[in-house]
Amino acid sequence: MNINATLIGQSITFAVFVWFCMRYVWPPIVKALETRRKTIADGLAAAERGRHEQELAARRAAETLHDAKVKAADIIAQAEKRAAQIIDEAKAAAKAEGERLLAAARAEIEQEARRAREQLRAQVAALVVAGAQRVLRREVDAKAHAELLESIAKEL
Amino acid sequence: MAGEAHTAADYIKHHLQNLTFGRLPDGSWGLANSPEQAKAMGFWAIHLDTLGVSIVLGVLFLWLFRRAAASATAGVPGGWQNFVEWVVEFIDTSVRGSFSGGRNDLIAPLALTIFIWIFLLNLMDLVPIDWIPGLMAALGLPYFKLVPTTDPNATFGMSIAVFLLVLYYSFKIKGPGGFLAELSLHPFGKWGMPANLFLETINLIAKPVSLALRLFGNLYAGEMIFILIALLFGAGIGWGLMAGFLQLGWAIFHILIITLQAFIFMTLTIVYLDMAHQEHH
Repeated sequence: MNINATLIGQSITFAVFVWFCMRYVWPPIVKALETRRKTIADGLAAAERGRHEQELAARRAAETLHDAKVKAADIIAQAEKRAAQIIDEAKAAAKAEGERLLAAARAEIEQEARRAREQLRAQVAALVVAGAQRVLRREVDAKAHAELLESIAKEL
Repeated sequence: MAGEAHTAADYIKHHLQNLTFGRLPDGSWGLANSPEQAKAMGFWAIHLDTLGVSIVLGVLFLWLFRRAAASATAGVPGGWQNFVEWVVEFIDTSVRGSFSGGRNDLIAPLALTIFIWIFLLNLMDLVPIDWIPGLMAALGLPYFKLVPTTDPNATFGMSIAVFLLVLYYSFKIKGPGGFLAELSLHPFGKWGMPANLFLETINLIAKPVSLALRLFGNLYAGEMIFILIALLFGAGIGWGLMAGFLQLGWAIFHILIITLQAFIFMTLTIVYLDMAHQEHH
């Protein structure tokens, strides 16, 4: 066993070899590993994003559904209210119309009765005058006794 | 320096000698101080450097990957976790591609361990070959071979373990009869049974042998070239400069070799185990 310049030569060569590996062998491996890591990271991030979006979409869908239900319930309630209102209105209108017709009929009857009374009175007055004329034979002046006749007619 | 050729041979021999622990010629147990002593120890000796480096690197692998596994999250991975995921994904893809024997929870972890461990063992090849033996010499150890995969003991150890798994699953899936039928009724039909048995047995034995020798051969040859290049450093400034470039080029080339050999060992392990799971048709 003898130590000589071989050791130095080998060591220098080894240093160059290590440099070569650092320069040309290591970087491609590191790059491949880095690419792999990045691919994995991107994949995981994409998956996470997808899951998040899906969650959001699901929540949005649930919200929309809930809104729609509430709205539908609102509309139904409104419609029912409106229907009740219409019925009430219709009832009121019918009642008012009935009363109006009743009042009109009553008024007409009253009018008829009054007219008939007037006619009757006029005829009675005429009859009274005629009867009186007959009784008194021209002694009664219609003009002079108009006041008297009138009061008689009124009493009828 | 007395005699250039002598020193060169010594240098090479020194670098190819494992740190061996065994029974010394005088009957005591200890470290072999020469290749001849190591050889004389016979089978019952241990290569401390091979075992030590393998265990240290194995523990390092387990610790590093366990750390990533313990802190693993489903979110965006950090630096180390990202790397481990990358490796595991790669192994898993390989296993899915090559293994069709149904569900077996052993295959992928086995493949991961083989790949990373062999890769780390091979990686020691890139450390300058004089550093660690020099350091160990300073610590008083006569030899130290840093790369366990240049020791056939290590590669055969792994390939035999794989081979035992192959045998285990062959018996388990096909049953003793089925396994025997596969060995003896193929490729010539039942009338060529002796020839079939001979061919298939060779085929079977060739698996662990080729698995171990391929890895060992590649790494041993690579180590040898490094040693020869290192010898050039001593031959003057011009040769030294050239040796520098050669070593650099060889080291850069070896980045490919060590990864490729680890991958081949892993893939063949998967394929052999897949074959062990195949029912014969």
